[in-house]
Amino acid sequence: MMDFLSTLISGLSLGSIYALIALGYTMVYGIAKMLNFAHGDVIMVGAFAVITSVSMLGLSPVLSILISIVCCVVLGVSIERIAYKPLRKSPPLAVLITAIGVSYFLQSLALLIFGSTQHSFPKIINMPAIELGELTIRGNMLITLVITTAIMAGMSIFINKSKTGKAMRAVSEDRDAAELMGISVNRTITITFAIGSALAAVAGLFYGTTYGFIGPYTGSMPGIKAFVAAVFGGIGSMPGAMLGGILLGVIENLSKRYISTELSDAIVFAVLIIVLMVKPTGLLGKKINEKV
Amino acid sequence: MLKVDDIHVYYGQIHAIKGVSFEVHEGEIVALIGANGAGKSTILKTVSGLLRPKSGSISFLGENIHHTEAYKLVNRGLAHVPEGRRIFLQMTVRENLDMGAFTRKDDSEKDIDDVFRRFPRLKEREKQIAGTLSGGEQQMLAMGRAMMSKPKLLMLDEPSMGLAPILVEQIFDIVREFHAMGTTILLVEQNAGKALAVADRAYVLEQGRITLSGTGEELASSDAVKKAYLGG
Repeated sequence: MMDFLSTLISGLSLGSIYALIALGYTMVYGIAKMLNFAHGDVIMVGAFAVITSVSMLGLSPVLSILISIVCCVVLGVSIERIAYKPLRKSPPLAVLITAIGVSYFLQSLALLIFGSTQHSFPKIINMPAIELGELTIRGNMLITLVITTAIMAGMSIFINKSKTGKAMRAVSEDRDAAELMGISVNRTITITFAIGSALAAVAGLFYGTTYGFIGPYTGSMPGIKAFVAAVFGGIGSMPGAMLGGILLGVIENLSKRYISTELSDAIVFAVLIIVLMVKPTGLLGKKINEKV
Repeated sequence: MLKVDDIHVYYGQIHAIKGVSFEVHEGEIVALIGANGAGKSTILKTVSGLLRPKSGSISFLGENIHHTEAYKLVNRGLAHVPEGRRIFLQMTVRENLDMGAFTRKDDSEKDIDDVFRRFPRLKEREKQIAGTLSGGEQQMLAMGRAMMSKPKLLMLDEPSMGLAPILVEQIFDIVREFHAMGTTILLVEQNAGKALAVADRAYVLEQGRITLSGTGEELASSDAVKKAYLGG
């Protein structure tokens, strides 16, 4: 029982990291109508920003986290400006291929700067494990869970209540109509990339802390899994991304513990396929029936 | 107030608008009538900045706007209720009205109350998702939403489309009310009879060109218009 509970908790913690990344995917998909396959690599850049600031420059953890967030935001917004914006009216396939190109570009750039070796991620989250009877919860997992939950709650309030959040929903639903309300679609897309990249920076921090090592290709696997999580929950839906991410982390950890470590990824993708066969729009995705 | 001068608009290779010029003066109701595909909606989209003319000019309140991005025109007093209403179906009625007031810095609460007073049905459904409204209610929401920006010129694209006759009547009453409040109106309609009855002046559009113009009464009694648009 204790074993199951601790597997569940580490699954929730991993899942909440996926959820943060999946939020970025789903927001960009909903608002800019594109799959940003370079999103996972932004996480890697964020993690390297922390490594550089803490291990090489000796800066304080808080400052390093801020630097990492700023780096990712600048990177995400620049990627959109330079690579995606000129293709705003191009076929989706052109944008998709560009996104994959940006992903390779970031990986190669990291390879050039940091080499192919794995760099150890500094231990900047120092929190003792908590013992509840026989159950031990590792400190970094607890922090991950608390902070990601707070971020997700904050994002929900932001998107539902704030003026900018409502504008983002309006652009996501009908770009031209939003423009006719006086909402700048370009500005809204920039804000979306900025938020998505900031979330990726935070995810990079927790991912690095959880696994301990970062290399140039570190971002691709969580990136793909978060994409799966977003599709799983219903791409374009923010609650869907959160739910999909958390479920994915839990399923992955439970399969690793009780079925097979090697097969865990296969099981995760099999679950996705089953869900999509039963509900093609994902768990919380809705099919919109427009009334004319 | 609005001066459109010899604009040409293309959709890819298709030459949709072939040198259209017209004017809307302050305080008028001007109607653009014509058959399906004549280019009426294209003209409104070009004026509001969603499409760019290949040549020609558009000026609004004395300033050239044919290079101005659509979202910047809202603040200058231009509102456009597009064809098919295009309300935000997944947002609530109230949120739709909030979006209408997006560019305003002042408090819009009083104007939201005004919209609700004018359309009590919307008040009842304030917290409902707009996609659940009936067609008539959606049209009222679209018009209420456009009025939230306090426009000087309101452009309406087929406001009566797909509505029952009693609702069409109501929509044209609302157009008159908005006009009485001091809003200038540019109306695009297939329902030529209703449009000409309410309009001070009107233009007839055929295949991307203006073929006739005059006061609403003149056009309503013109043989050509009667034959083509008023059923003989």
